[in-house]
Amino acid sequence: MSPDDRRYTKEHEWVMIEDAAAKSAVAGITDYAQDQLGDIVFFELPKVGDSVAHLDKMGEVESVKAVSDLFSPITGLVTEINEKLLDHPELVNEDPFGEGWLIKVTMSDIAETDGLMSAQDYDAFTAGL
Amino acid sequence: MTVTRPDTPEAHGDHFQSHYIPNTTGEQAEMLAAIGIDSIDQLFADIPAEFRNPVLDLPAPLSELEIQRELSGMAAKNRPLGSGPSFLGAGSYNHFIPAIIKPLITRGEFLTAYTPYQAEASQGTLQVIYEFQTLVCNLYGMEVANAGMYDGATSLAEAALMACRVTKREKVALADSVSPAYSAVIRTYCQSQDISVETVNPSSPALDTETACLVLQYPNYFGYIEDLESLVDSAHAQGALAVVSTDPTAMGMFQTPGHYGADIVTGDGQPLGIPTSYGGPYVGLFATKREYIRQMPSRLSGRTVDKNGKTGYVLTLQTREQHIRRERATSNICTNEALYALASTIYLAAMGKQGLRQVAELCYHKAHYAAVKISELPGYSLPIDGPFFQEFVVRCPAPPAEINKKLMERNILGGLDVSEQVPNGMLLCVTEMNPKEDIDALVAALAEFK
Amino acid sequence: MRQGGNRQTEKLLMERSVPGRVGVVLPEVDVPAQPLPANALLRDELPLPEVSEPEVVQYFTGLSQLNFSIDTHFYPLGSCTMKYNPKVNDEISFLPGFAGIHPMQPAEQSQGALELVHKLQGFLGEITGLPAVSLATLAGAHGELGGMLMIRAYHLANGDTGRTKVAIPDSAHGTNPASAAMAGFQVVELASDKDGNVDLEALHEVAGPDLAGVMITLPSTLGLFDTNIVEVCRIVHEAGGLVYGDGANMNALMGRVKLGELGFDVAHLNLHKTFSTPHGGGGPGAGPVCATPQLAPYLAGPVVTQTNDAYEFATPEKSIGKLSGFHGNFGVLVRAYTYIRTLGGAGIKSISGNAVLNANYMMNGLRGVYHLPYDRTCMHEAVFSADWQKERGSSGLEIAKRLLDYGFHAPTMYFPLIVHEALMIEPTESETKETIDAFIQALIDIDREVTENPELVNSAPHTTPVARLDEAKAARQPDLRWQPEAAD
Repeated sequence: MSPDDRRYTKEHEWVMIEDAAAKSAVAGITDYAQDQLGDIVFFELPKVGDSVAHLDKMGEVESVKAVSDLFSPITGLVTEINEKLLDHPELVNEDPFGEGWLIKVTMSDIAETDGLMSAQDYDAFTAGL
Repeated sequence: MTVTRPDTPEAHGDHFQSHYIPNTTGEQAEMLAAIGIDSIDQLFADIPAEFRNPVLDLPAPLSELEIQRELSGMAAKNRPLGSGPSFLGAGSYNHFIPAIIKPLITRGEFLTAYTPYQAEASQGTLQVIYEFQTLVCNLYGMEVANAGMYDGATSLAEAALMACRVTKREKVALADSVSPAYSAVIRTYCQSQDISVETVNPSSPALDTETACLVLQYPNYFGYIEDLESLVDSAHAQGALAVVSTDPTAMGMFQTPGHYGADIVTGDGQPLGIPTSYGGPYVGLFATKREYIRQMPSRLSGRTVDKNGKTGYVLTLQTREQHIRRERATSNICTNEALYALASTIYLAAMGKQGLRQVAELCYHKAHYAAVKISELPGYSLPIDGPFFQEFVVRCPAPPAEINKKLMERNILGGLDVSEQVPNGMLLCVTEMNPKEDIDALVAALAEFK
Repeated sequence: MRQGGNRQTEKLLMERSVPGRVGVVLPEVDVPAQPLPANALLRDELPLPEVSEPEVVQYFTGLSQLNFSIDTHFYPLGSCTMKYNPKVNDEISFLPGFAGIHPMQPAEQSQGALELVHKLQGFLGEITGLPAVSLATLAGAHGELGGMLMIRAYHLANGDTGRTKVAIPDSAHGTNPASAAMAGFQVVELASDKDGNVDLEALHEVAGPDLAGVMITLPSTLGLFDTNIVEVCRIVHEAGGLVYGDGANMNALMGRVKLGELGFDVAHLNLHKTFSTPHGGGGPGAGPVCATPQLAPYLAGPVVTQTNDAYEFATPEKSIGKLSGFHGNFGVLVRAYTYIRTLGGAGIKSISGNAVLNANYMMNGLRGVYHLPYDRTCMHEAVFSADWQKERGSSGLEIAKRLLDYGFHAPTMYFPLIVHEALMIEPTESETKETIDAFIQALIDIDREVTENPELVNSAPHTTPVARLDEAKAARQPDLRWQPEAAD
């Protein structure tokens, strides 16, 4: 079961509002995504200060024999990236919803997450894949 | 050469018993019966009938005895370098090749293996590649090297493309002292990617903040050592990379491009134990800084452990490559020149620390001896000043093409005619393969032109 | 067999190094010593190994024995055409009159080499039905780049500047899209239909004024002859595009059909597959480009021409330029020439017949045991899916690794991408019926093991020099060269 404190995209990213007043959110990839990728070996993430846009490409994730685009679930400015992933990309395999977060963002519009899937809908979506 | 062709289906050669094909007609019949058909031709029924079994106008088969005779005859129409004094270089060099290389690289286990994708079945090739990467890094003073590229020219072209990816710029500054062949290949590679290639003078290269890289050759096409330190600095001052095509033999004595801060170092591995073979196969060398590793083209072997903790090797960082990243790969390169990477590795192992230095010094002293002797001849001069390694340009009293014809009458293969770049210029190469008598014979022959 | 002492292969060259050992003795300098350049120009350290000649021979011989190879193992790697590599080809390529000649020596001193190149151009033009040939490209993907640049140059020369797209089937080898992109094209993926052919509807959709061409592998990477091929060529030509042929699978077609007659405009061949030149653990190869007379002016230089009795290099009139430092992988060309000359027309045709026969016999022996997603007569290779075995707990990867324990190299896995758990098997014409029977039996036995003893399969291989390697570690902490500080 995916945690129900956050919203999901069909591209298997999640976003969680950390502080609605400050419009701050944290985003990552789902457990389903890390399982499909297998051993993750590298992330290419946006830089702090970059802007990201809803469902636009924001980076790449590589496993041993696959490379996939990462899409931003939300629009906003990147305030922090998970530096630990540079040396320990396996954190995303181990804890995709916690320690393995990817970026923190100041959102342009926090209502944007309303258009994303709930945990229940996302789990139903992946069950059908 | 043309023979009459069979043009009935029965005579189409399905039952030609080649020594390369085990199946006999009896076995073919058994196999066809198992499949449930009568003839091999039926297996090709998907080919539209009007195009099936075309006339194939090829000569008749030859026995091994006959083929050896025919090809020995063709080979005999060529003049091998070893058949007389030879002073041709310009990117392909006549160096000593230790006898151990051929028997080792023609071992079936190396020669007839595929690219080592199946690591457990390819540890020999993978460990060789790791050794090759180590030795290329050590030669060039660089942090990472791949294995490998096609040849020196394509390696340099790929380096220019990589510099554009790293800097996100689209202008290549190409020193006019880089080999014309290499320059031509760079232009072919860049033409379709909206990358402009501008020729610059290495004594004062015009670079700006749009320049992706400065492309140099070391020693340059004419054999001379340029001021690499200041050239690398001038590239870096504009945020451009310094890309240096480097003769590996020169690394036996000269300072490494890595020492001067070069960002990508390429070269042709041919001087390292590979015959000149009319231009190929050779192997391209390619080394860079660790920070650029993900923009590198081609294969990398990495050391790791197996599930029991035993050391082993695998192809790694493969997501850069075409079989995974497809149209977004760092290059389309797939099969390249692994067998000759092996030859170079064996060469460097055998030559070692002392041998490579000796080879470089032999080339240096012999080339300088020749240059001094020739420049003392009336009518001859050395138009380029500065330190050189094993090649140098001589200005001749007559067109080099004419001189070369006269030299060949004495079975001396002269230097390359570079009169397009240097009036009456001849690019001569002297290596450890030229004993003093050869050099003296060349000088004596040249003396006849005044 | 175990090796002891310094014949063990674990220690790397730099670790074997003993100061003072030499592997080669060189002559003394026989000219008066010349002044050296300024010290600043010279390096201090030359960190190369110091090992003696016997050690070098023993070490590399030991390493060779860690490999599977055609000479030691059946190597049914699909799309790689791992056929027997005749020894006479190597011997001839090493003749001093071939291996010992310099690429820049005058044409008068290399007439034999030029004649060989000229004749090989003719042979390959005849086999493909595409008579304009350049041998200057050094590998399959290099030939693809050359061919795609020709297509680009052709359209531009016609003032046709809007053709920016190249359509490539979803079953294609990764070099196809990578080469098209290097040639400046935008890649559009073409779907395959249920029979594994190019989907004609999908093709109609992309066949417009912006289509530069398509890249087609024939037979496809599914091992199938595309029965739509003539129609594919017609649709592309009608839209003003050109058809590129990836000749990786020509071992199925030699003497059976000519690409030029089907409507292909330009194609490359892989001499290191179809024409028996050894793969060398990843090269050298050679990727000649063969084209219609219409495209001849655009070929990469140089090509060899004949006037009267003399041969010489020439650059085609509107050439895309040089793609390699000299004239191509000549040593590989000598081997391919020798092969074609040895076989002649009848032998060449027998190659494709027996290659396709062996593949169909192998496919027939495994039908029902492994899933055949496209169960039609195959060409030189058959693509199975291990999805039946996967349901029982063993993937294609595990079956492939288990084959190594049976003394067979693994087939190509997980390619083409449109087949789940793909196992692509190409026996080639040079294997005996006995070997193919033994291979079929091994795969049947492994299928049984998947049911009876899945752990045995899933932990394979058990008999190779190393067990399954940690590829994630290799990619996360890349260790790409030996360094003193990293040594144990």
